Amino acid sequence: MKPPRFLYCAPRILDEALALLDQNSEDTKVLAGGQSFVPLLNMRLAGPSYIVDINHISELNYIEQEDGYLAIGAIVRQRQIERSILVQEKHPLLIEVVKHIGHMQIRNRGTIVGSIAHADPAAELPALLTCLDGEVLAQSSHGERVIKVEEFFTGYLSTALDPGEMLTEVRFPWVAPQAGWAFMEFARRSGDYALVGAAAVLTPTPADRCMSAQIAYLGIAGSPVRGHVVEDILAGTSIDDSVLEAAAEAAGELVSEDMSDVHATVEYRRILTAELTRRVLKDAWERRSH
Amino acid sequence: MATRWFGASIPRIEDPRLLRGKGTFVDDIDLPDMLHAALLRSTHARARILKIDTSAARALPGVHLVLTASDLGELLDPSPLLVPHHALTQPRTQLPLALNEVHYVGETVAIVVADSRYIAEDALDLIDVEYESLPVVHSLEVAAAKDAPLVHADVPGNVAAHLVQVVGDPDSVFASAPHVVSETIVMDRGTAMPMECRGVLARWDAHEEMLTCWISTQGPIPIRNGLAAIFHLPEHKVRVIAPDVGGGFGTKIMMFYPEEILTPFAAIRLGRPVKWIEDRREHFISANQERSQLHEVEYAFDDQGILLAVRDKFLHDTGAYTPYGIIVPIITACTLPGPYRLKNYYSEFTVLYTNKVPVSPYRGAGRPHAVFVMERIMDRIAQELNLDRAEVRSRNFIQPDEFPWDVGFVYQDGGPTKYDSGNYQAGLDKVKALLDYNDFAAMQAEARKQGRYLGLGFACYVEGTGIGPYEGAQVRVESDGRVYVSTGVTTQGQGHFTSFAQIVAEQLGVDPKDVLVTTGDSQAFYWGVGTYASRAATIAGSAIHLAAVKVREKARQVAADLFEASPDDIELADGKVFVKDAPHRSLTLGQVAISANPLRYAYGENARKLMLMKLAGPRPGPALPPERGAPGLEAAEFYSPPHGSFASGVHGAIIEVDPKTGMVTFLKYAAVHDCGRVINPTIVEGQVHGGVAQGIGGAFFERLVYNEEAQLINASFMDYLLPTAAEIPHIEVAHVETPSPLNPLGVKGAGEAGAIPVPALFASAIDDALSPFGIRVREMPLHPCRLHELLQQSPGR
Amino acid sequence: MQEREEGPLAFIEESDIAVTVNGNHYERRVPVRFLLSDFLRHELHLTGTHLGCEHGVCGCCTVLLNGEAVRSCLMFAVQVDGMVVTTIEGMAGTNNDLHPIQQAFQEKHGLQCGFCTPGFIMSVHAMLHENPYPSDEEIRHGLSGNICRCTGYQNIVEAVKLAAERLRGQQKEVG
Repeated sequence: MKPPRFLYCAPRILDEALALLDQNSEDTKVLAGGQSFVPLLNMRLAGPSYIVDINHISELNYIEQEDGYLAIGAIVRQRQIERSILVQEKHPLLIEVVKHIGHMQIRNRGTIVGSIAHADPAAELPALLTCLDGEVLAQSSHGERVIKVEEFFTGYLSTALDPGEMLTEVRFPWVAPQAGWAFMEFARRSGDYALVGAAAVLTPTPADRCMSAQIAYLGIAGSPVRGHVVEDILAGTSIDDSVLEAAAEAAGELVSEDMSDVHATVEYRRILTAELTRRVLKDAWERRSH
Repeated sequence: MATRWFGASIPRIEDPRLLRGKGTFVDDIDLPDMLHAALLRSTHARARILKIDTSAARALPGVHLVLTASDLGELLDPSPLLVPHHALTQPRTQLPLALNEVHYVGETVAIVVADSRYIAEDALDLIDVEYESLPVVHSLEVAAAKDAPLVHADVPGNVAAHLVQVVGDPDSVFASAPHVVSETIVMDRGTAMPMECRGVLARWDAHEEMLTCWISTQGPIPIRNGLAAIFHLPEHKVRVIAPDVGGGFGTKIMMFYPEEILTPFAAIRLGRPVKWIEDRREHFISANQERSQLHEVEYAFDDQGILLAVRDKFLHDTGAYTPYGIIVPIITACTLPGPYRLKNYYSEFTVLYTNKVPVSPYRGAGRPHAVFVMERIMDRIAQELNLDRAEVRSRNFIQPDEFPWDVGFVYQDGGPTKYDSGNYQAGLDKVKALLDYNDFAAMQAEARKQGRYLGLGFACYVEGTGIGPYEGAQVRVESDGRVYVSTGVTTQGQGHFTSFAQIVAEQLGVDPKDVLVTTGDSQAFYWGVGTYASRAATIAGSAIHLAAVKVREKARQVAADLFEASPDDIELADGKVFVKDAPHRSLTLGQVAISANPLRYAYGENARKLMLMKLAGPRPGPALPPERGAPGLEAAEFYSPPHGSFASGVHGAIIEVDPKTGMVTFLKYAAVHDCGRVINPTIVEGQVHGGVAQGIGGAFFERLVYNEEAQLINASFMDYLLPTAAEIPHIEVAHVETPSPLNPLGVKGAGEAGAIPVPALFASAIDDALSPFGIRVREMPLHPCRLHELLQQSPGR
Repeated sequence: MQEREEGPLAFIEESDIAVTVNGNHYERRVPVRFLLSDFLRHELHLTGTHLGCEHGVCGCCTVLLNGEAVRSCLMFAVQVDGMVVTTIEGMAGTNNDLHPIQQAFQEKHGLQCGFCTPGFIMSVHAMLHENPYPSDEEIRHGLSGNICRCTGYQNIVEAVKLAAERLRGQQKEVG
């Protein structure tokens, strides 16, 4: 399982990378962590003629506390996030999610932005970004644009990026201090891609009812799914058992009809999604400040 | 008799090398001028090959050879049928490269040899094959159906073999039995997945006119013989070496895989060494698989829970070819009676071709299926009669004083299926104790009140091991006192370099570290078969023992002559040979070896001393008197068992099932097993641990998922789920020891044991956990989604 | 470190790399698609790192890159230019003594065929460096990125416990 031939370049400056991407934009891939990309190359399921390795672009190595969100540059490793004191203190939900990604060896190379750009619907970070209404920054030699998450994931392994564009930053909005959060997934083995998973953030009112709910699912469709119907059920309630039941049932309906694979039928995924919803919402609500 | 080394858990001699990364696996060997091969494999399960265009591949810079079937000349011959059988009336074996038709996805179609594996794979992408699809036989049910498509056009009904065996008079018993139940029980495909894939490195040495092949195989000697025949070479001009092998588990006892023929062919043709290393994607679609059978079983029992008769008709999936004959289903048929007194038994199996990877033994080799069926029977009897499951077993067990017990069938080795010894009740008692069996019902009830579903399952098995035909060994003391051992079996992690050394050390009074064992080199020992069927320690070990005993006797004889004492007064210990009660009259074992080899020229200090020692008077006769036999301290011995020896065991587990998700966790696992006397307990326990892990993998994590085109849709480790340390529980191992009377060591095989009872006990545990739902598991493997489906369909949901 | 050529950056098919492996400095020219695993095994003849899957799941190819455990089958040799790699061959101490982790694997029978073992040892080394006091559960979870088909993991877990204890003991001596 050896990769096919390709031409390679490892720029040290972002502008150089963007210029390189422009040259043969339809046939060029970006290499960051490589944990998802290189297996595809080794299996010859991908065969770009050009690869731009961005791992030496030090200006893309940053974790910044911004107004409203945590900004992470394109070559920040998942392990860096796990170890970052800033993130541990200010965005524990992100830490919790990252811990579920693969194994330590994967996270030592895999990047946060790379996982977002790869857009695997069974991956954790795209679902988290969706849950938090995050954004990404896409740049090309012609300029830059911010893409909201609801426009970014367009289908299985597909994003709104145009040829010649690359993601340089992902923005995870902060979770309100009083909000409860949780992340949970059902996987067959430790570190596997999950069968289904969900990230949830529940913000209470001063009267301890649900002011706002955010929940997003992975593994139930070709892209992460924001559970608006579930959120609507939760809004204004005290999230008691009957609300959880209704939410669970609604969540099951969100599973896409074509989500059948070797591990799970659609029917089973619905059951799992419902059960997951019950548990993750309960968990999140318990974590709120009250 | 007190032993010093036999039965000791000494650390393994081979470990430091492996720990340092200094192992030599086939791909670790890089020879000068070496080229690399890659195989083009069929993407269709059944198709005609209309056209193969290799021109672009041949033209790629760095490519040295591209061959298809039409380029093979007289090599284009079906591979040897390894184990013929009278019931195998329609055997088929594979051509090295497919000619005109392909029969499974993964079948070899072309071979490329290039400067690097990278370039070879580039060349594969340039080969253009035009296929015409044909209807595919993608399952046993399809193979068996009326008007089924044919895997081989000249094999009617896809039937490769059909065998009926009967003991007693089951028909009469069924007619009058108080209770009769029939069920369909299914096991689906699984595979060994050793961490090292297959590999062949072949070198033709034109000066020596010698073909040397390093192969990740369990059977180098038969391969040596076969390659000699295929390439018209004298056997001593072919050498096959199995170096360090990264796991075999049966996958690598399949011999004459096409690559094992094609790689040497390319090396001879090109006059340069050629290396082929299988990658994991290839392994999924071309390394032999196993486990698929469908049983329609009927059984009769009385009100006391005594099993009266069994009628088992089953279909066995052999894949597209039958290279290994019908060993696996024969073992299934012979293993089914298990530890129980079954005197009326009808077994009928039909071996069917399917358009899938061929089938040959994988750890367990037909026994997991048999145990699954029989243990389901026992559990059902208990349920029908409202008896305790363990009590039903006890009532049916063969008792220790009933051995030898003849099952009545012909075993895979052509000998009787005759249990030599065992104590099945003792095994069950130990498992019950380890799992707190008597307290479990209360624990289960308490847990159910809290909405938790715990279950206890167990399974009993008897395992035929240590079959012939034979193995041999040579033991020789070298002049530095170290002992050299060579034998025809191979090693894939079982610790032979240590356990075999222990056998010899016991006899010769040396430290096992001073015993150098060579396995797996057809030039180091000429005769032998290989490592499979849990036989190496039993058969090769026995041969090694016999040879060591001979060497011991000779050493005593030589020393007796030197010391002018009686051989009965000579002892061997701590590397020395001395007169009992007179330890100052001693020599080192090495000195005795030198002394036994009369040479005109003395070399080394030891030899010079001895030369001087012996000049007490004129020599009475020849330097090497006829009664002394051969020079040196050396013996070669062979051991051929009268028939197999039968190990046994009981495994049990406590699991928790989440009925909402179908997920299962193991809370406790106990494995009790009896492999007779044990050479190195730690090594045996390690074998049990590993077997259990493969059993758990095969029961609940690993599934080979084929679609209706017989395409494997989960051909990667991302979707074929091997269990990790987080999924395998702690395994409590305990022993029962009923020595085998059949071989000088009293040992029985242990290599496959761990894997055998797991599907059965898992089913038993799930039934028990979910008994409020009325679940009855009749299929393996399971996975949470399927378990969930069964729950949905269950009466009690 | 490779000198930057003047002029606009070009896509290349081969590159010069300089890398330190087990304390030794190597300079080589490699095709850009040459995997790090193959570079170590066949260019540097450090064959202790093994290939079990080439798609990043089994862990047999695990090495340390600048001290971090990574899957060498998912990296290209060109990517380690200027970096420090440690393989199993670099684990033995002065006088070629077995590293405490290797020693513990020997004592606890934590290996059988030995194919997955180097990958495990490198992962364990990284794991214990980060967490010197792992619980049984943390050990099993931490090992889940390496697959073994022979041992059933039990003795590997015991080996890790023993190694952790010994390494902690060593630290106390030093500290």
